[in-house]
Amino acid sequence: MGFVIATVQNQTMNIELTSVLLIGAVMFVCGVVCMATKRNAVGILIGAELVLNASNLNFVAFAYYTPFGIDGQAFALFGIVLPAAEAAIALAIILNFYNNHMTVDVDRADELKQ
Amino acid sequence: MQRLVDSLIGSWPQMLFAIMALTTVGCSIAVVVTQNIVRAAVWLLFTLTGTAGLFFLLGADFVGATQLLIYVGGTLILVIFGVMLTARGPFVQMKTQSGEWTMAAVVGLVLFGLLSYSILSTGWVKVVQKQSIEISEENSPTTTQLGMQFLGVPPQGSLVKRDPAGIGYLLPFEIVSVHLLVVMIGAAYLARAKRRKRAEV
Repeated sequence: MGFVIATVQNQTMNIELTSVLLIGAVMFVCGVVCMATKRNAVGILIGAELVLNASNLNFVAFAYYTPFGIDGQAFALFGIVLPAAEAAIALAIILNFYNNHMTVDVDRADELKQ
Repeated sequence: MQRLVDSLIGSWPQMLFAIMALTTVGCSIAVVVTQNIVRAAVWLLFTLTGTAGLFFLLGADFVGATQLLIYVGGTLILVIFGVMLTARGPFVQMKTQSGEWTMAAVVGLVLFGLLSYSILSTGWVKVVQKQSIEISEENSPTTTQLGMQFLGVPPQGSLVKRDPAGIGYLLPFEIVSVHLLVVMIGAAYLARAKRRKRAEV
């Protein structure tokens, strides 16, 4: 009987882990499609944020559902701090490009120098 | 009546999970679909907030708070400033061609099918263990554990036996702090005001 109860609990938790991973998959695909379709440089940055956020969600889900302690949460903290730095650099580059070319259309960003 | 209240109280994690999941998924799809860059930034705000709620529900209180503070409060403000500094007339709404939309939709659907197939066909029961929930409940504020790991102290009570001489995440923590300093200097250098360039143009 105890074994049966444990199996049922495992199955419900299994469903929850699967649903969290599916949410992460939807966010990841949305980020990839956003990076592919947006022509505004800031839109591409937004897509990158979505992709990184999906990876953070997977890290936290595995930290919760597996017996490996909270290593996943530590990785998720790195995954929050590093995109902040990435966003700062990317916005500096976008502003530089806007100052030089008076546009943020990435289709016109095909030359290294003015 | 009492049983109804009990069942409602018993099912509130599932209800909260459903609300957060719908917020996250719907708003991340809206980020892609909308053509207005300002609206995309606002939908990203709701997506990140919903993810923070999912972090809270998954027992990651400190990570959820950090998500709200740094991601929603810092990174998103940066993105919105970027939108405001570069949004001029035609750049607020740049249309994507329908051929690109079709290609991106096909690639996205194929990618999502691959990911969901691999998620659903994997036997997670071997990975998931019963103790995991109890552990995250008794160590409820995770701040102490995370701080100890970042300071290099091996955590206590973890199911995985660790190398006692291991230094945890001390080295990545230091690298990230130096990295943030480098990024700050680099961003200030890249985005500095260039008066002479402006005058030439």
